[in-house]
Amino acid sequence: MVAATDFRALERNNRRDTVILIGGFVLLFVILGCGVDFALGTLQLRNGGIYGAPVCGFLALIVASFQSMVSYFAGAPLILLSVHARPLMPDETRHQMVLDVIQEMAIAARLPVPRAYVIPDSSPNAFATGRDPNHSVICVTQGLIDSMDREEMQGVIGHEMSHIADYDIRTMMMVAVLVGGIAMLSDFMVRVSFFRSEDRDSDRDSGAGMLIALVILVLAVIAPALSQLMAMAVSREREYLADASSVEFTRNPRALLRALQRIAETESPLKEGVRGTAHLFIVNPLASATDDDDDGFFANLLSTHPPLRKRIERLQAMAGGPTAASASKLA
Amino acid sequence: MTILLIVIAVLVVYVIAAYNSLVSAKNNVENSWRQIDVQLKRRHDLIPNLVEAVKGYMTFERDTLTQVVEARAKAVSAPDQVSRLAAESQITSGLGKILAVMENYPQLKADQNVMQLQEELTTTENQIAFARQAYNDAVLTLNTKTERFPGNIIATNFGFKGAEYFQGVPEDQAVPKVDLGLTPRA
Repeated sequence: MVAATDFRALERNNRRDTVILIGGFVLLFVILGCGVDFALGTLQLRNGGIYGAPVCGFLALIVASFQSMVSYFAGAPLILLSVHARPLMPDETRHQMVLDVIQEMAIAARLPVPRAYVIPDSSPNAFATGRDPNHSVICVTQGLIDSMDREEMQGVIGHEMSHIADYDIRTMMMVAVLVGGIAMLSDFMVRVSFFRSEDRDSDRDSGAGMLIALVILVLAVIAPALSQLMAMAVSREREYLADASSVEFTRNPRALLRALQRIAETESPLKEGVRGTAHLFIVNPLASATDDDDDGFFANLLSTHPPLRKRIERLQAMAGGPTAASASKLA
Repeated sequence: MTILLIVIAVLVVYVIAAYNSLVSAKNNVENSWRQIDVQLKRRHDLIPNLVEAVKGYMTFERDTLTQVVEARAKAVSAPDQVSRLAAESQITSGLGKILAVMENYPQLKADQNVMQLQEELTTTENQIAFARQAYNDAVLTLNTKTERFPGNIIATNFGFKGAEYFQGVPEDQAVPKVDLGLTPRA
């Protein structure tokens, strides 16, 4: 089991990863900007020396720094917006139950109570995000609320609490907004271009139309590649760790076990807006739960989530193993 | 001479670090205790509402209800921690029984106010259980730090003591801390 002290080690790793991520993002922009400078001639290579002023490079630095700051401070609202989430209100008994369970698990994890959001979608899923535990958000789908009993909900929320406790939420949020932002933008552009072509056919031949088509083409080509890159950057060990920590919080391996089994029975993936945020969710929202059973080398390399079957197996081992015995003694 | 200075410096740094970690462990224990306290007080406030809501319906569990009310009175006026915790444990086991029995009364489950109250009591019970779990974890950490060598030398010198675990009474452990009612609408 993950002890409380291990959260601090994981937190350090996540702080470091976030710095590397932002640094890499800004550096990439500056290099691209300087490339544009060379193309435009504002920077020139003469007699082995570089002359001129890196105007575009400097602009890129400002843009990338600004975007990093926006992502850090407004990442959670941006993500919530992109998945069409709204605040969870205690307007009916089952919503109140979810709010109560979040409070219970916050006490178990010794964390401040995260704000609660709901996605109106029937596919059972959940994620947590935010820059630190004091600015954290837990978001569940209506499908999760409808299909889980209280105990299973504790398991799922415990899993999300663990992501909050070890600052996974910060790294994953920055990955979502900085890298996944391009995938989101691509989805958005494609949608807009469909509307445009339906509305006004005359637009197609104009220069602006051509440019937009070109941008969409480029984005459409690099977006899937970037999604894969993200998947590779995201360590799937996080999910196993969060599962284990959830058991530590609930002292009940069967809670999350039953929740995952129930999710595995459902077939429906989330409907929209999740391409750049897939890695945030407790189970892969893009595939129907049974799809990702493949765990060959490449499937492992290219997936944001470990196979659900393996996670269930590990939890079953905990439920039957010595963990359950020692847990019930402590509880 | 230089070596001696280095050794002293390392020792000083160690003592400071060990002292600070003892302080945070102790604060953690106190903080966790306050969490429990908040939840126990909230439970005291809910009990009169519960009695009001169910007394018309529940004829069979009148004894349990009376026992809970008496235990609450005892807990509120308890002169010391030990007797207070004993009374709180009685409340926990009594409430557990009532919440379980409430399942058998369809009239109760039809009442929106009772449902709300039941949810509130269930989550309070769970929060007490989780707060106790967090408290006992914090105590475990503090006690390990004060007992292990060489930390125990520093703990003794600066007057740090281990804390007591919050034990429930045996019946109280038999009460499940999960899912009293509100099964999914599958």
